[in-house]
Amino acid sequence: MAHKPVLERLKILADAAKYDASCASSGTAKRDSQNGKGIGSTEGMGICHAYAPDGRCISLLKLLLTNHCVFDCHYCVNRKSSNVERARFAPQEVADLTLAFYKRNYIEGLFLSSGIIRNSDHTMEQLVETARILRKEHDFRGYIHLKTIPDADPGIVRQAGLYADRVSINVELPTEAGLNRLAPDKDAGVIDGAMNTMKQAIVEAKDARKRFRHAPRYAPAGQSTQMIVGADGANDAEIVNRASTLYGQHRLRRVYYSAFSPIPDASAVLPLKRPPLIREHRLYQSDWLIRFYGFSSAEVAQAADHHGMLPLDIDPKLAWALKFREHFPVDLNRAPKEALLRVPGLGTRGVAQILSARRHRVLRLDDVAKLTVSVAKIKPFVVAADWRPVLFTDRADLKNIVAPDCNRQLELFAA
Amino acid sequence: MTVQQHVMLDGCHVLPMSAPDDFAEWRDHARQLVMAGVLPDLIVWTEPGGESADLFSHGDRSLPITDSHGLQPRVPRRFIEIAKAAVMHCDPERFGLLYRVLWRLQSKPRLMEDAADPDVRALVDMARTVRRDIHKMRAFLRFREVERDDEGEYFVAWFEPFHHILRHNAGFFVRRFVNMRWSILTPRGSLHWDGERLREGPAATKVDAPNGDPMEELWRGYYASIFNPARLKTRAMLSEMPRKYWKNMPEAQLIPQLIAGAQAREVAMVKAGAMEDAERPGTLEAVADAIETCARCPIAELHTHAVPGEGPVHARLMIVGEQPGDQEDWQRRVFVGPAGQLLNVHLARAGIDRSAAYVTNAVKHFKFVQRGKRRLHQNPSAREIDTCRWWIESERAIVRPKLVLAMGASAARSVLGRTVSIGKTRGRPIPLEDGSELWVTAHPSYLLRLEGAGREKQMRLFDADLAAAAARLSELA
Repeated sequence: MAHKPVLERLKILADAAKYDASCASSGTAKRDSQNGKGIGSTEGMGICHAYAPDGRCISLLKLLLTNHCVFDCHYCVNRKSSNVERARFAPQEVADLTLAFYKRNYIEGLFLSSGIIRNSDHTMEQLVETARILRKEHDFRGYIHLKTIPDADPGIVRQAGLYADRVSINVELPTEAGLNRLAPDKDAGVIDGAMNTMKQAIVEAKDARKRFRHAPRYAPAGQSTQMIVGADGANDAEIVNRASTLYGQHRLRRVYYSAFSPIPDASAVLPLKRPPLIREHRLYQSDWLIRFYGFSSAEVAQAADHHGMLPLDIDPKLAWALKFREHFPVDLNRAPKEALLRVPGLGTRGVAQILSARRHRVLRLDDVAKLTVSVAKIKPFVVAADWRPVLFTDRADLKNIVAPDCNRQLELFAA
Repeated sequence: MTVQQHVMLDGCHVLPMSAPDDFAEWRDHARQLVMAGVLPDLIVWTEPGGESADLFSHGDRSLPITDSHGLQPRVPRRFIEIAKAAVMHCDPERFGLLYRVLWRLQSKPRLMEDAADPDVRALVDMARTVRRDIHKMRAFLRFREVERDDEGEYFVAWFEPFHHILRHNAGFFVRRFVNMRWSILTPRGSLHWDGERLREGPAATKVDAPNGDPMEELWRGYYASIFNPARLKTRAMLSEMPRKYWKNMPEAQLIPQLIAGAQAREVAMVKAGAMEDAERPGTLEAVADAIETCARCPIAELHTHAVPGEGPVHARLMIVGEQPGDQEDWQRRVFVGPAGQLLNVHLARAGIDRSAAYVTNAVKHFKFVQRGKRRLHQNPSAREIDTCRWWIESERAIVRPKLVLAMGASAARSVLGRTVSIGKTRGRPIPLEDGSELWVTAHPSYLLRLEGAGREKQMRLFDADLAAAAARLSELA
């Protein structure tokens, strides 16, 4: 088979990879090349080397090794029955491309995934081989994220963790029923089992490093996963609950949400309208509430309506506050951190600054205005030295006061 | 400058800094000034190339003599962290601001914790701006390979930082590209790394840098392909990658055309994918009406009739065939041709009452090729079956059968969404999402095509499948 030119294949295989939301290069072990023969460093904080007009960060060379696939998942552009143009790279070609891009400071590293060719083991071997060439032959010390294939041989998957900073297995859909329907070749149990095996390997390696300084690092940036939102009937409460289980059970670093978006040559089983992009945004916000603001998944679900859907016009924190007004107003000068974190419009930074500043002065509304993005937004929910929201939290039209232009914003997003 | 102004400057200390980004130098001066008790208002800090450098050339340049027994100024660690960053800011007032905060810290040691204080805020903002610039340089700087006569690769980058961050960032690039040889050129100075030593050089201009690299074509190809036109979020991009950085980034020149083309590409995708947002029909009559005009797949171009399913609305058994044949298309009824007749015989043998079952097809239109006067049956493609799943699923949602009998691989695909092997799946139930069961068997027309012993064997298997399904149906309450 004659190969297409590199540029053409790069375009096909990058195009095929773009439905994976993750591009993070953060949270891994610090290292550099000063005592090495190759190139590359990771300094904790990830770097976004460019941003595309879809607002997403471009940090890694995100590619599929091939978009040939024996699976037939309906939401996926690379499924067997799709008519997309196919291409493939050899592991060596991907390694060369990664190095060439890295030397020019275009990227932090590589995020490699693949369609299933021949069988899962063979595919996984090819992914691992690419990482091996980079790490062993070129002493590459940049970031590597490998997608692992749930039912591949555990021995090969284990190797992936030795070369990669991060490994991920996509749960694909929030419900098992959705997976059966839309990804008939995948099995929720197998995916779950693979994540669990990976978690154990990571925990064991961490433990070993505590005792033996030279024990090898194993996926130091942990594992992550991705869920497609809006392709099946799962509501927001179910999705948030699933995510929180994943964080707890498999100690995932991140759960990514990807709003199902129209793909070229989509399967006709998906006669769906694309979910509003803002839904994905709201899910990330609730993810944040759980991870950084002390909300439980049940509390986020309380902010949802009776269909289990989060409001699209306001953020989940504001929705929760409007529903549970008895928790407000919060006294900025006295309230504990947990209560401050619940105030809509106050972020973790703002809360930290308030806690620090109030040791030195009694906070007035003016002071708070300097510490937060919008004092108008938080006013109805807080008490300051010179401010008390008189009967404000009892008003039925409070939503219009704190978010008067939410309708207009929605139109912008809908465009 | 008038004489009067000079007089007012008497007693004022002018501190010329030798570098715009040297924290240690500022710290040494500031320490002595604090120990000598010089008020912040009485100091003018100047930097090389700064506008005020010669304005104050008559001030007192000698540093006050310090009493070596004087109290060393004390500062919290957070001040040092912030000051180290803020000192690189391009604002000429930064040295004075730093000194004022240092001065105030001596009487109010916890000043830095008061984020609402205007001086602290200004300083924190400066530090934040500088850190952002540092980060963006690491992110947006692009190397270009240049031809050099001597051996090996050499890379040169042109970057325009907004603050005095070049020297600070040197370590990052050395740690990362230690085995590469490179130069970073900026309007504020340059850095050169030969693989062993770092050398600082004078300011450069854009023409000193190479103007291209063959690899950039691949990079731009990647950038354009990784972008998802179905989700345009230009504001999110601009907040992280402001326009001011674009001019030195090879990929940024694509942005306007990507944005302009995005909407058109999405519309095209949606059209091609037939992803209309339709309401599911609620009755079998509505399904029958809708399939007549359905043009979601290429079979519609053959202009055959749609053949709706037949049977009681709440039948407990649903029988799914492949697609209408020649006879069915003429009569617009399911299973009336040769295969239908054979099916009737076998159903009767298994004790299944066809009139109590809902009988339908995976694909609603007859797909054929014309050979002379005859219309020859063509298998529907996987894509056509998947397109038609919309209708079979609507029918299943209305009829809600307990048991679905799929005859042939096409029928099985239309229920399951994937292609299964008849041999491996026949004779046992496959649970479906809605609680019902799927049983798979061969299609009667397959039996018609066989001859001899093979036909006998398949007939027996077919009968056994029907009998098993009938038995299971009576078990299912």
